[in-house]
Amino acid sequence: MYKLTGVTKRYSRGKETVEALRGVDLTIEDGDQLVIQGPTGGGKSTLLQMIGGLDRPSEGSVELDGVNLATISEAKLTRLRAEKIGIIFQSFNLIPTLTAQENVETALVPLGVKPAERRERAAEALSSVGLGDRLKHAPSELSGGQQQRVAIARALVKKPKVLLADEPTGNLDEGTRDDIMGLLEGLWHEYGLTFIMVTHDSSIARRAPRLATIKAGQITLTEQGRGNGRFTPQQQYAEQGNQGY
Amino acid sequence: MFGIYLKRELGRRKKAALVIAMGLALGIALVITVNSVSAGMNQAQDKVLKSLYGLGTDMTVTKAQSAPKAGSSQGPSFKFGATSSSSTSQSTDRVNTQGGQALASSLVTKVGSQKGVSAAVGALTLNVTKVDGSFTQGKAKSSTTSGSSGSSQQGGPGGGGGTSSTGAPQVQGGGANFNVNSYSVAGIDVTDQTLGPLSTSKITTGKTFTTAQTNAKVAVVSKSYAKTKKYKVGSTFKISSTKFTVIGIATPNSSESTIDVYVPLKQAQTLGDSKNKVTTIYVKATDSKQISSVKTTIQKNISGTTVTTSADLASTVSGSLSTASNLATSVGKWLSIAVLIAAFLVAALLTSSAVSRRVREFGTLKALGWPSRKVTRQVVGESMVNGLIGGGLGIALGLLAAYTVTAISPKLTAQLGSTSTGGGGMGGGPGGGGQGGPGQQATSNTLEIALNAPVSLTTIALAVGLAVTGGLIAGAMGGWRASRMRPADALRSVS
Repeated sequence: MYKLTGVTKRYSRGKETVEALRGVDLTIEDGDQLVIQGPTGGGKSTLLQMIGGLDRPSEGSVELDGVNLATISEAKLTRLRAEKIGIIFQSFNLIPTLTAQENVETALVPLGVKPAERRERAAEALSSVGLGDRLKHAPSELSGGQQQRVAIARALVKKPKVLLADEPTGNLDEGTRDDIMGLLEGLWHEYGLTFIMVTHDSSIARRAPRLATIKAGQITLTEQGRGNGRFTPQQQYAEQGNQGY
Repeated sequence: MFGIYLKRELGRRKKAALVIAMGLALGIALVITVNSVSAGMNQAQDKVLKSLYGLGTDMTVTKAQSAPKAGSSQGPSFKFGATSSSSTSQSTDRVNTQGGQALASSLVTKVGSQKGVSAAVGALTLNVTKVDGSFTQGKAKSSTTSGSSGSSQQGGPGGGGGTSSTGAPQVQGGGANFNVNSYSVAGIDVTDQTLGPLSTSKITTGKTFTTAQTNAKVAVVSKSYAKTKKYKVGSTFKISSTKFTVIGIATPNSSESTIDVYVPLKQAQTLGDSKNKVTTIYVKATDSKQISSVKTTIQKNISGTTVTTSADLASTVSGSLSTASNLATSVGKWLSIAVLIAAFLVAALLTSSAVSRRVREFGTLKALGWPSRKVTRQVVGESMVNGLIGGGLGIALGLLAAYTVTAISPKLTAQLGSTSTGGGGMGGGPGGGGQGGPGQQATSNTLEIALNAPVSLTTIALAVGLAVTGGLIAGAMGGWRASRMRPADALRSVS
């Protein structure tokens, strides 16, 4: 469970100090899905960085299962990211020189998984996202949607507790976007992950059980879904007539 | 993963890797070339010094030439008797000691007994100037041919007689024709030939002196002098009416020897009228590291002498060898240091710049949970491989340059010591005796040495060390930048 209390993040730009987040309070239960939406520069990505342990708040605390990510050592924070948090990026962020399988393996390197097991697990993860026949392909040999699938496999291969996605469909066309969202929601449901996603896309945001809107560093929560904010993709598809995103 | 990632990244950034490697290669090649040429210079200088000293000689003891007294004549002089007969052949040898003042033979024992001295032998070096030729007496003729007025003139050497003189008897047809031949003779201690002038040469024909030949009229001649004079083992020749038999031909270890004829010391002392005298004492120290302290001891205990070590002598080497050596040690050294520093800087900056371009890549790895040390190791690993490629290329280039220098073997000249010049010349006149004035007295020796550029294992090790250092410096810079990157950089939209 995540518990954010009074999270403030300030950045210095020369003599000027910018507050990207202002006293954000937020609780995210295990298995919840939360979509974060807001205008550019509103603080969406900053909030995601705090939640993912990619950066530390200037003030306040970010607790994951009782561990304050704002104060633990860098080594522990790095280890926590390696073990518990899977991240998907808008630009996929694949290492261009490595194959799809090797890219997925990079998530297992910090966990000390032996090479043979690494290769096996990476192949399984790629199969689970429908790329079992693309193991040896370089990112440049894959389409945008396929690259994002590799990134999803990389995020999930270590069986994380939390899946963070920063505009995961931002660089994809509509059709591919629907494929990826379907895949993510299926995996979220299958693995029981806590799924936190930043998006600009209103159609995605509308369908989220919980929506956090950030403007000028301040958060507004909207409960859109049903019971405890839990999201069941099948229900949602049914409810919205499977219109696509 | 480390190896695969490293290999793929280097393959992807071939051009950048090649630029870094070539920069390092250039610096390393320059270091190898300068080092090998310097080593070649040192070898050449050693050859020059050994040609003068001999193997195993650490220092020499001599006595400086005292300033000539006012009015005293300098240099060799020759006296020929004026005979009445025409076309008379005459020959005379002028033998004088070479170098500085002679030292008493007893000093050899004294030097040998000094602390730190392993052995000491004396040698007497002579310069023999042989003048032979004939005079033609001019004939007096009475003439009334017109001409400019003037006093009677004497015939010059080899020239005709006076030309004209109104009413006065003329001297015609007088003249002289001389050959002047100068060579050096060393009197050596036949009981210890491991030190001294002959130790610079190897007997290639015949044999050397036996220890019993302390006063024998036998000689060893240098190969070049034997060739000029067509001497063979068994040939005889005279020095100041003393007849010597050639028993051996000596080939110098270096390109040239400064001595033409070697005779037993006692014979040389007789020839040079220097009984119990030597010109140089050759000294071997017990420990080559103690040479300067032995020098101090000798100078302190035996006053009035000049002790010259190899190091001292090296400073007197001039000529193109000296110039090239100075160039190699000063300009070459600084140039290679400058190029190396530049190569290291370029490598470091390019690596750092490459890391900056990979912000998102390294940020992603950190976001995935890669510790900073793993990311740094990746960057340092890539730089090290670049460095080693540069080192390999540099060694190949350096070896090629050194091989080229050795193949071309440029000739360098080395001059040892100084040259002093006296005035005067030959004079002569009809019917009268001639007296030669001082001629040029050269105490310098010019040697020609072919330059090699030997590459030692130490130089190769140095090159590998520099390659690793270059890689480490570049890697440290890049690694430092990579380690400072935040995982949040993975979310940056710039690539």
